[in-house]
Amino acid sequence: MLELIVISTLNGLLFGMLLFLLSSGLTVIFSMMGVLNFAHASFYMLGAFFGFQLTKWIGFWPALLLAPLLVGAIGMAVERYGLRNTHKHGHVAELLLTFGLAFAIEEIVAMMWGRSPVDYRVPALLDFPAFTIFSTNYPAYKIFMLAVSILIFIVLLMVLKRTRVGLIVQAALTHPHMVGHLGHNVGRIFMLVFGVGSALAGIAGVIAGPALVTQSDMAAALGPILFVVIVFGGLGSLPGAFIASLVIGLIQTFAVALNGSLASAFGPLDPSAGPSVLTDIWNVTIAQVAPIVPYLLLVIILIVRPMGLMGTRET
Amino acid sequence: MHKLAIVAAAALTMLGGAAFAQETIKFGYIDPLSGGGASIGEGGLKTFQYLADEINAKGGILGRKIEILPLDNKTNPQESLVQAQKAIDAGARFITQGNGSSVAAALSDFVTKNNTRNPGKEVLYFNYAAVDPSLTNEKCSYWHFRWDASSDIKMEALTSYMKDVPAIKKVYLINQDYSFGQSVRADARKMLGAKRPDIQIVGDELHPLLKITDFSPYIAKIKASGADSVVTGNWGQDIALLLKAAADAGLKVNWYTYYAGGAGGPTAIKQTGLDHQVFQITEGFANSGHQPAMDFEKTFRAKVNMSLWYPRAVNEMRMFKAAAEKANSLDPVKVAAALEDLKFEVLDGGEGVMRKDDHQFFQPIYISSFGKLAADEPFDEEGTGWGWHLVSKIDTSKTMVPTTCKMTRP
Repeated sequence: MLELIVISTLNGLLFGMLLFLLSSGLTVIFSMMGVLNFAHASFYMLGAFFGFQLTKWIGFWPALLLAPLLVGAIGMAVERYGLRNTHKHGHVAELLLTFGLAFAIEEIVAMMWGRSPVDYRVPALLDFPAFTIFSTNYPAYKIFMLAVSILIFIVLLMVLKRTRVGLIVQAALTHPHMVGHLGHNVGRIFMLVFGVGSALAGIAGVIAGPALVTQSDMAAALGPILFVVIVFGGLGSLPGAFIASLVIGLIQTFAVALNGSLASAFGPLDPSAGPSVLTDIWNVTIAQVAPIVPYLLLVIILIVRPMGLMGTRET
Repeated sequence: MHKLAIVAAAALTMLGGAAFAQETIKFGYIDPLSGGGASIGEGGLKTFQYLADEINAKGGILGRKIEILPLDNKTNPQESLVQAQKAIDAGARFITQGNGSSVAAALSDFVTKNNTRNPGKEVLYFNYAAVDPSLTNEKCSYWHFRWDASSDIKMEALTSYMKDVPAIKKVYLINQDYSFGQSVRADARKMLGAKRPDIQIVGDELHPLLKITDFSPYIAKIKASGADSVVTGNWGQDIALLLKAAADAGLKVNWYTYYAGGAGGPTAIKQTGLDHQVFQITEGFANSGHQPAMDFEKTFRAKVNMSLWYPRAVNEMRMFKAAAEKANSLDPVKVAAALEDLKFEVLDGGEGVMRKDDHQFFQPIYISSFGKLAADEPFDEEGTGWGWHLVSKIDTSKTMVPTTCKMTRP
């Protein structure tokens, strides 16, 4: 049982950190520009596919650097030539733009790389068990993923809290108009933030690609969870996104690991013993419910605390 | 890139369809060509295209060439019905599908209704891989024919083998959460309970179908349960990723599977280092030792660049031809009548029969294990150097399970 807890905690942390890499960019973009970027998970997918292609051409390590830069550049271009132009037509237009973009990127990726998973492998250098815990191997690559995510978290925090750029971005989070009135080029800040946010998603894609599955529906599979994370964590709050990512990562992993159903909670009074149309519902296990748990959390947090865990503004 | 070629080819065939309407036999292939099931759906498509080419090269069926219409159903029952209607509108009178029993049930129902409403425009549904027993029992249809052994036939064979392996003490069941996975789980419990009551079922897991990208939490759970064997009906990426996660975690158990041979499976098994500890149950495999099958495998691999996952697809297309020639007609009603009780020499040797009562095809079944190859086994899988090795063969007569099917005949 201890083994299960330790391994599940590691797996949960890992998934949580991956979610954080994605949601950190999304939450900052959301709160600055008021736009829920539907294409954010698509940048994650682009990162994975660029990573795969560049790995084939120039190796994994250069790809780890180049692919996020490429994705970041695309992100900036989207902001500069897409969102900035639609901005004057209001949020709905911007929302629709990112919505359309998400579909366009998915189709383009499918056209270029096909719809089945591509063979994106863990680099040979990291393809060994890092350590063995209770006779279970833990892959070195996953430790690497964890390390990269934590490193980025620290760098991001330092930049936001300790630099001038960070100060302006923070100010723009809560008082975007005031920052503009103070003479800062808000347009350029937006573009940079959008680029950095996309690049972060790109990094997540490059490192998650080999461990998970790199295919053209990976954005659609992850997208909804991201929205849960940023709403749950609180709009524009990095610590909130961090906590929410970890909570959702751990909950999803542990829900799988746990046995038990509604029926078993009743012990000898198990209502499923008697035949009833509800037997199926009684016997649904926690593991089966795991995929919907994050969405239940979303509903609950919106009812109980609409500004999210650490947020200051109402979503 | 090749996907683009398929789309282009599909578009071209649609455009050119009208001109050739008199000549070609339109054969709708409805399976996932995107999403989690795409890797196997595309493999199936290549297989059927190869088989159509093979028949066409020998003059087609009754002088008419077969044309495969690829239709992407995204492993979704509703989408499948849209695609089936598209196939019918394009002139297809024969459709085939395999991945997903939930899809198969919807299609079978759709075809049955279609045939009742449109007499004279009947459509036949050839099922090459959806193995939920209900399709040839309570939900059986006259218009549905199944070439793959149903789940209960496979489990019957698998448990008969497991019964004689005394090392099996603790079994873990992990399956996909839908009709097929649930039937595997129920059959395994029932049959193991009857044949080896001493075996403990230490885990019984159902996970979402084709949605999981990382199975490590499940592997941690299997490990914690202390199981020595895992029984799973998983297919597509669900078996490949399950084995991959097991390889990463260093889980050492015996795997009793339906579909470990699918895309990505063999590579993951090689990674785990489980030499001849992963078993698969099929109606044929590359190293079966039957010469015509091995010759077929060789040319198939040379041309299509993948191993033959579906010997049953070969049986299906060849029997389609045989039945049409026996009926001397391509009218689906006459082909259906000719298929009933049709006896046929299957690809891997031995006689199979399409049972009239439920339209289930019965054929010899093989259990094979994956590992280092013997001298007389020429075929490896996915370039691993490892291949399938015969463990046990079950003759047709021993695979006959009873049916409760009471179909409405036209």
